[in-house]
Amino acid sequence: MEFLAQIINGLSLGSIYALIALGYTMVYGICKMLNFAHGDIIMVGAYMLSVAMATLHFPPFLAILTSMVVCAALGVIIERVAYKPLRNASPLAVLITAIGVSYFLQSSALLIFGSTQRKVDAAINFPSIQLGELSISGNALITLIVTIILMVGLNWFINNTMTGKAMLAVSEDKGAAQLMGVNVNFTIAITFLIGSALAAVAGVLFISSYKYVGPYTGAMPGIKAFVAAVLGGIGSVPGAMLGGILLGLIESLAKAYISTQLADAIVFGVLIVVLLVKPTGLMGKKITEKV
Amino acid sequence: MKKNLWKLLALAVVAAMTLCCFAGCGGDDQPSNQGGDNTGDQVFKIGSIGPLTGPASSYGISAKQGAEVAVAELNANGGVAGYTFELLAADDQHDAEKAINAYGTLMDQGMNALVGAVTSVPCIAVTEESHNDGLLQVTPSASAAQAAQYDNCFRICFTDPQQGQHMADYIYGQGITKCAVLYDVSDAYSSGIYEAFTAAYEALGGTVTAAESFATGDVDFKTQLTSIKNSGAEGLFLPFYYTEVAYVANQSVDVGLDLPMFGCDGWDGVIDQLNGDTTLVDGSVFLTPFFANATDEKTTNFVAAYQEAYGTVPDQFAADGYDAVYAIAAALEKAGSADNAALVAAMHEIELDGVTGTMTWDENGDATKDAILAKIENGGIVPANAE
Repeated sequence: MEFLAQIINGLSLGSIYALIALGYTMVYGICKMLNFAHGDIIMVGAYMLSVAMATLHFPPFLAILTSMVVCAALGVIIERVAYKPLRNASPLAVLITAIGVSYFLQSSALLIFGSTQRKVDAAINFPSIQLGELSISGNALITLIVTIILMVGLNWFINNTMTGKAMLAVSEDKGAAQLMGVNVNFTIAITFLIGSALAAVAGVLFISSYKYVGPYTGAMPGIKAFVAAVLGGIGSVPGAMLGGILLGLIESLAKAYISTQLADAIVFGVLIVVLLVKPTGLMGKKITEKV
Repeated sequence: MKKNLWKLLALAVVAAMTLCCFAGCGGDDQPSNQGGDNTGDQVFKIGSIGPLTGPASSYGISAKQGAEVAVAELNANGGVAGYTFELLAADDQHDAEKAINAYGTLMDQGMNALVGAVTSVPCIAVTEESHNDGLLQVTPSASAAQAAQYDNCFRICFTDPQQGQHMADYIYGQGITKCAVLYDVSDAYSSGIYEAFTAAYEALGGTVTAAESFATGDVDFKTQLTSIKNSGAEGLFLPFYYTEVAYVANQSVDVGLDLPMFGCDGWDGVIDQLNGDTTLVDGSVFLTPFFANATDEKTTNFVAAYQEAYGTVPDQFAADGYDAVYAIAAALEKAGSADNAALVAAMHEIELDGVTGTMTWDENGDATKDAILAKIENGGIVPANAE
């Protein structure tokens, strides 16, 4: 019984990681850059939800929508201001810029909202389900379902729509895509728009489960989700899902049955083993580049 | 041309910074013979060191304000043993080196005894200096063991192990013989309380059914709470700060854990953190050095005076600062003179009836006092002492 309960804990943690990893992996897959500010956009999304609900008294649905719109706009602005000028620079410069944007968002939140955590009334609140001795958190269940829907939707969008195909083209070769009439700037902007809106959803669900938001709320989940994306094969949407769920399960079971102190070491140990055996991650595709 | 402009700008910045430094010194440099002019009494100068700026400043400011209230009261009552008091405050920014500098400045101003430092690391550094001078040092709130390592150093607050011991006594005294603990393994304060608690609780005959840990910054405790749920514990001890307590309280509902919860003085502030929604922690008991809602005369007087002066309810740091000044005053009364050695010797003989409890000081300089236990009930805090 306890084992089952711990599996459920792992799934609920894992679905949050998976949801965040979706945005990470999408931006990486299309733009080939690690957007380290992704975790902090989750934090912005959570704050926006709190402002919309507590200060502006929006109903939950409208508040979630507001949070998504603000984050999507923020994502596009960040791309335009910080990343676009560096599109032809070395990947290292872009990486450092992303870290800078991450610090910028954290410090801005610190200035605007202060360092104390604030409690956010959940926009989504489903009661726990009681199965005998087993208690399943309703919000965790919703997170898992939303993550699956978004993963399927995102996968479909990328593979079946014109914009999605343009994204694939851009990810393969920007120059060639442009020659074929794909508007590269627009496509990359759309990528960031969707990625950041996904981050807002993750923020809303994160806050529904954990109730509190502070300026550094997004940092740790962002890093864990990055690990999940790499584990699943960064760039692969189903891989992010698989990686997130696996990461949550490993973390939870390691904490429960091995040692709470070693849990993180075990998680990263698994990552190292996977990367040694399969360097592209569990579901990553090996791309052979012609030189 | 452009280069010259930059140089000029740099010069201006440096000049401005230098001026600021001097301005800062000027603020602290109070005329030292002001206190007792009108009465002709001698002046006893109490130095105070704590973080008045920077991230830890809320602690330092509270402690200093508490000390100021005490000094004002003592002077209004005509002083002690022919002395009136003057408080000299210095800022250490929660930094050991700045604390040493502050100590030097205060000594130059003729400090007779020191209240401080407020935080552990600067306090440990200052004890080295005060030990050389033989000066009476009373820290309001530095809980690390070394903060009172020398004969001349005393403290008002509980040490971390004392808290663990007190909570073990209380929980066992409530008839709970199987208790689980969740603690922050990356924090010396939390681990210190946990270790002392486990030792004391097991010595009493209790069983720690589960000792689960996490690291500062974690927000998901469901795994640990599920293990605790299945360990057969009858109570849950949570020795860490109120931010994490709020997460734990919310997540225990998710995993269906319903145990009486117990905490340490880091819980101070948990009601605000929960936005006043205390149904999650109703009935929990935590140890606190000071209880602002208490109805005894000392506390009500202190709270009223503090509120009048600063407009807020005093927290535990303010109460510790207040008691530190009264401890020094009591030692002065006992010793009858401002001689360092006499003051230090007197500290072991006095008994102080302060706002953080009635206390005496043992050979280590640690305060021996009863724990004040607070129970969360219907959105408020009520005393829970079992006696």
